[in-house]
This record gives sequence, C-alpha cells and structure tokens, in this order.
Amino acid sequence: MSDLPAEILEMVGSVRYEEEGEFPVERGYVWTSCASVENANPLFWDDTVAAEVTDGPIACPTMLSLWFRPHHWAPGRTEAHLPLKVHFDLKEALGLPEAVMTDNEIVFHTPVRPGDRLRTRQVLRSVSEEKQTKLGVGRFWVIDVEYENQDGEQVGVESYTGFGYRREG
Amino acid sequence: MAVTRTDLVLADVAVGDTVPELRYDVTATTVILGALATRDSRPMHHDRDFAQRRNGVRDVFMNTPNQAAWFERFLTDWTGPYGRLGRMRFRMRDSVFPGDEMVMRGTVTDVATDEAGCGWVEVDVTMLAITEGEERVATTCRARVAVPVEAGDNPWQRRGDAWRP
Repeated sequence: MSDLPAEILEMVGSVRYEEEGEFPVERGYVWTSCASVENANPLFWDDTVAAEVTDGPIACPTMLSLWFRPHHWAPGRTEAHLPLKVHFDLKEALGLPEAVMTDNEIVFHTPVRPGDRLRTRQVLRSVSEEKQTKLGVGRFWVIDVEYENQDGEQVGVESYTGFGYRREG
Repeated sequence: MAVTRTDLVLADVAVGDTVPELRYDVTATTVILGALATRDSRPMHHDRDFAQRRNGVRDVFMNTPNQAAWFERFLTDWTGPYGRLGRMRFRMRDSVFPGDEMVMRGTVTDVATDEAGCGWVEVDVTMLAITEGEERVATTCRARVAVPVEAGDNPWQRRGDAWRP
C-alpha cells in the first residue's frame, strides 16, 4: 500500500497546468541557442537550406521546453511563475526542499516554426516510495509535458524523472 | 570507422560506427550562456555561492536543456541538415563544471528502416567531463535519428503516420 498523501495520489494521471506560452516562437532564440553550443547546422542559419529541407525556418527540436520558460519578471506578477510546476508542487507537498532531474526523454513530432503559439500541459505519471541515495532520502517522480501548436498538432512530449530529497546532516 | 558529416544517408551507416568526437573546454561563460539561451534563471546555473551552499557542488553547472542542445549539435554535425531527431533519452549522472573539458562520443547501436519506409539510426552518446585528468561520465544519451534512406529522401517531409519516432 502506498505511503503517499491522498493529494499526491489524486495528482497521478491528472492533467495540470494547461497553458499557452507567454510569447510566440522566435528566431532570435534559435540563434542564441545555436550560438551557446556553436551549432553550425545550416538549417538554422541559411534560409535557402531551410526552404529546401524543411519548407522554411524551424526551431531547433531540443528547444521545446524553453518556449514555456516564463519571463523572470513581468508587470503585476507577485510570485515567481515556475516552469514544470508539478515538480515544484511535489517538492512542497512532500516536504523535499532539494531536487535534481535524473532522466529526461524527448520525443519530437511536427517541427516547431517561428511564429508558432505553442500550448502545453503536464501529467504526473508516478511517484516512488522513499529511497536512500548518495544525495539524501527522497522520492523519484515522472512527469510528462505534452506540447502542441496552434493547429492542435503535437510537436513533442517530454518525460522528466526528478528526485526530490532532504540533504543529510 | 567514422563516417563523414554532411548529407549522411542510411547506407553510409553501420552498427558499431562511431560519431566524430567533440571536445570542448567549458568555462563559466559556457554554462551561463547555456542557461541564458534556455531561459533558465535558476541560481545554480550562474551563482557559484548558491551552487556550493544549496547544491553541495563545486561550482555552477550546465543545465539539462543546454545539454540537450549539445547532444543535438553533436548528432547533426554528423548527419548534416537532413538528419531529423526522433527521440532522445538522457540520464544525468554527474555535472559539467567550468574548467572541465567536455568530451562527447557516440556509437551506432542500430540501423533500420521502419514500416513507413523511414530510415533510423540509434546512437548511444556519452558526455564526459574531464577535471585535471580525471574522467567522469556526466550524461548519457540514447538518440533515435532519422536520416535519408537514399539521396533525394527527406525525413523532414514525413508527417502523421509516416513519422514514427
């Protein structure tokens, strides 16, 4: 029998935090991302190649999550807008102040293009029993983040495995 | 045997092939630019005091979305622009810090054509961090990448049921 609080058990499998990104997909971030890893793929730098290969510019597939990273500050906002909110809900509800991500799977579908308005939603898939690791005592959890574009096409799904824990000592 | 990078097609690839190695000297700028590029303002990626005090590590460290961008760059340097990522699974084992030399190596573990006619290559990639000669496995990644079955084929044109990542 699970030792998880009822509020956590209710979260498993339920869709949370459906939202639209705060800004449309834009090429400036694509170039910033490429520059950060010195990615010279002509798909992102040469419009002729982009037209030939992908019918026009696209965003780097691995940029999927950044379109939902909230602005660090916004007018009128009184509390931090956290990405992957389910992860932070779990930390708080389970009293686990520290957390790391241990596994991350991304499945890529329809390419993301400049100007797209993407939507996302989060689904908690599982929470483990308490475990002892070298970081401390805590729990592993798996959260799926689903992404779609303004036409309802799925553009990707990310699965995150997190470990929330208390440091020892 | 390593294969050349641009416009890779399925016939160029065999199980056991290696992807050309990538070596990179990581600095604080690498880590912080990576965090900035992924809109990640969490302090452990730009504030050494915070990273040491709260995370118990020696310095700021590279975040996961930026590592994903490094894996993408490593793979598409090899495939060329027709290479289309289908799936990536990472396991974070250790951190990459300023002062480390980051080394990325990949080995082809499967080559196949699916029922829709799409050519797929599976690659196991390891991101190593070398600190003063000591080598650590930072992150491993299993990637599934579509490449053209032959010249003229284009995985990016696949949609709906023709795209099975």
